[in-house]
Amino acid sequence: MALLEARNATKRFGGLTAVNDLTFDLDEGAIVSVIGPNGAGKTTFFNCIAGFYQIDDGTISLAGTEIHELRPDKIARLGLSRTYQNIRLFGGMTAAENVLVGEHQHLSSSWFHAVLRTRGQRAEEAEALEEAHRLLDYVGLTGGRHDLLASNLPYGDQRRLEVARALATSPRLLLLDEPTAGMNPAETRGMTGLIRRLRDDLGITILLIEHEMRVVMDISERITVLDYGERIAEGTAAQIQSDKRVIEAYLGKAAAEAEAKRVGAGAAEVAAAPPGAAPEQPAAPAAPVQPATPEPPATPEPKD
Amino acid sequence: MTAGSTAGASLGVARGWGAWKQVIIVGLLFAGAALYLTLVGIVGTFEERDVIEDVVTVGQGVLLLTAIAAGYAGARKAPAGATNIIIAAAVTGLMAGAALSLLILVGPGVGLRDYLPNASPDLYNLISGADLLSVENTRDMWRGDAFPTTFWFPALIGMSLGTLGGLLSLLPRFVRNLIIALTMALIVMGLFASIVRSPMLQHDLTSGLARELFASNGLRGGGVITVVGLVLLAYLAWVLLKPAQRYRALPPETRQHPALVIPAGALLLLFVLLLPLGFTGFIPSVIALVALYALMGLGLNITLGLAGLLDLGFVAFFAVGAYTVALLTSVGDFGLGWPFFMAIPFAILAAMGFGLLLGLPILGIRGDYLAIATLGFGEIIAILARSDLLKPFIGGPAGITNIPKPLASIGIEVGPDSWLAGPNQIYYISLVSIAVIAFVAVRLRDSRLGRAWVAIREDEDVAEALGINLVQTKSLAYMLGAAFAGLGGAVFASLYGSIQPSSININVSILVVTIIIIGGMGRIPGVILGAIVIIGLPELFREFAEYRFLLYGVALIMVMRWRPEGLLPSQVGRQEMHHEEGLTMEGEGSGPPSAATTDATAAAGTNGGA
Repeated sequence: MALLEARNATKRFGGLTAVNDLTFDLDEGAIVSVIGPNGAGKTTFFNCIAGFYQIDDGTISLAGTEIHELRPDKIARLGLSRTYQNIRLFGGMTAAENVLVGEHQHLSSSWFHAVLRTRGQRAEEAEALEEAHRLLDYVGLTGGRHDLLASNLPYGDQRRLEVARALATSPRLLLLDEPTAGMNPAETRGMTGLIRRLRDDLGITILLIEHEMRVVMDISERITVLDYGERIAEGTAAQIQSDKRVIEAYLGKAAAEAEAKRVGAGAAEVAAAPPGAAPEQPAAPAAPVQPATPEPPATPEPKD
Repeated sequence: MTAGSTAGASLGVARGWGAWKQVIIVGLLFAGAALYLTLVGIVGTFEERDVIEDVVTVGQGVLLLTAIAAGYAGARKAPAGATNIIIAAAVTGLMAGAALSLLILVGPGVGLRDYLPNASPDLYNLISGADLLSVENTRDMWRGDAFPTTFWFPALIGMSLGTLGGLLSLLPRFVRNLIIALTMALIVMGLFASIVRSPMLQHDLTSGLARELFASNGLRGGGVITVVGLVLLAYLAWVLLKPAQRYRALPPETRQHPALVIPAGALLLLFVLLLPLGFTGFIPSVIALVALYALMGLGLNITLGLAGLLDLGFVAFFAVGAYTVALLTSVGDFGLGWPFFMAIPFAILAAMGFGLLLGLPILGIRGDYLAIATLGFGEIIAILARSDLLKPFIGGPAGITNIPKPLASIGIEVGPDSWLAGPNQIYYISLVSIAVIAFVAVRLRDSRLGRAWVAIREDEDVAEALGINLVQTKSLAYMLGAAFAGLGGAVFASLYGSIQPSSININVSILVVTIIIIGGMGRIPGVILGAIVIIGLPELFREFAEYRFLLYGVALIMVMRWRPEGLLPSQVGRQEMHHEEGLTMEGEGSGPPSAATTDATAAAGTNGGA
């Protein structure tokens, strides 16, 4: 059984169907990317999974439990955690405190214990703090940075802190919304390494939205392509790169046909392209997909 | 005052012209201020109130300070060069004064008094420095020999004082600060004279001294000399010995050493405990009221400061607490005559119950909308309290009276001169409550719950996605706030001995919110200072009561403009509020990440990867 299952999930905003009849399976232990042009409904899909939006049709279940009618905090308790496209840290708290908030559900002391500062509460707090420091070290935020205000951290560290905070809930499934957006190549390499370790060391299943094609091709085992809220392709990196509908979605129909002619008729139509053709083609879809900057204001995709 | 006037001539001229325009604008602003202060009645009303007996009244003082401030502000906008500065200061001072000259010339003729009742003959006489008018009807001023020949008087004074203000800006900082300190000290002591004088007159030992130093409303010559001497001494000590700098230079271990902390704490505690005993008359009630509002401020601080829920219905729970205590302890028509201390837990529980009841349906509402929704509660409760429906139970508009003081309710009668007289009982009860609330607040702030509150305040969605149950967490904050509001109401009812629907109004909520904002959100000393500033000072200066809200408004705007984090903010609050300034500093290098950041993060990446 897949860890995450979406069946005919549909989300409409008035006349706009942001996620349209989407069926999607995510196996435990996989790293899967969701890609698509701006406004394709990727973040909306994340928000539906995390419980920020209620889907209008269909079902979403996590490890066999239907979650599409649950509140976000309940879903978090079932083992789902996420990061945000536009970093959303608690800026007035230190890095360590941000992670401590993530540990909330694992702590049990009530306000009563806190006022009396019972022995159990003190032990629990000490343990939680130790765990927070461990998680911060794990994502690469070392030493003196633990006690800095989150808003004062450099950009790359803020992204890492978001991951650490998400990890603090001990998720089975982690949703990463553009984890390398705005990063330089060195920072991006650090982040992809971290994502891989999350899966390899901790066994966390990872679903990520990403615009940076190098990252997508590098770490994802499978890729799902959305356009206008529908899934238009799914497969390995090589399969996606040669998919005609994907090229169309990114370049427009005319450009895609021209591209197809250039490469040679028929080559782009076959989903599983000959292995030899793959290395040359990535350049086509990868190049225009670059914009990792915030999406243009015209995007129809509702922001959260 | 940079000495760069030798730079390119044309540029200098252009810049100079711009600067003069600024000077004129400042002059116009202060002219407006002078007119406003005069016509709104501040100058006239406080003409009888001395700062220094027979020398300066409050009314005059306000105008004189305006002129000096105009000169000082004008000087700061002036182009470089001492001559320019003096001219600018004289011009702005003149403009401020000339506005009043114009008022003397034009005001009576156009019958200004019909529209602005403060524009009376007394006022014209005052600002023109002569007994111009003996006639009641100011319009007669324009007939015959009643022409206000000394209309130029305020303009001249304004120009002189403006120049003085300009000179002030040329003085070295050391001297300028000393002059400012002296002026402030004289004003403050002049205003406080009667408050300090009355308890001194009570004792034989000090009564002679009191007569030397203070007139019935202002300083005497001896007082002026004493104040000036003390300020001089203190200022010299401050500048030469630098106690604050030395203290800050101490290593933290020394600063927190028990040998230093314990005596300081004990002194502070002793001062707080003995505070109301040094006063007579209405002062102890003011102190009790300040303590009561500090208590409520700390209560709301949990809801607003920690959890970020702007609760404008605070007064609703205040009312529940007050009426509960009234019903339980009153010895009048409605009460059960219980002891006060037995009624307190019930008042708190009732308020918490209401907090839960009212909170659950609305805590899903966010931010500003929550404030509006809670605003309604205060009104609902006030209307209910006034209603005919509940009149048989809680007395309708007349409210409930005959609420005994706490000690009286358990059968201990104390005389009005006892150290445990009415207001002092309230004060000590409030002190104990403040200590309890502060303790609870600190403990909670550093706990799992406190972190959840702060997380909700910063970003509700993210907090929820991290597994925090919003409704449960928010209602806890709301109920705690309600509990302390209820406690505040209970103490309030006991302080005044009665509770009426007229006491249940939105002002209570607004005052408590203001206390927190002015003092510094989320910090306990800040809230206490806020209560002193917002509740204590206006009560002490009751004679200024009419202008209380005007001064509030000005104070609020000034604090929000220059210290948006409050007077005594938390470290985090300060960093957050001045975040943008910090960002612009960083922002310069952050377009493409600077080499240093890149290296650091790359290094971090490899560290983590290893």
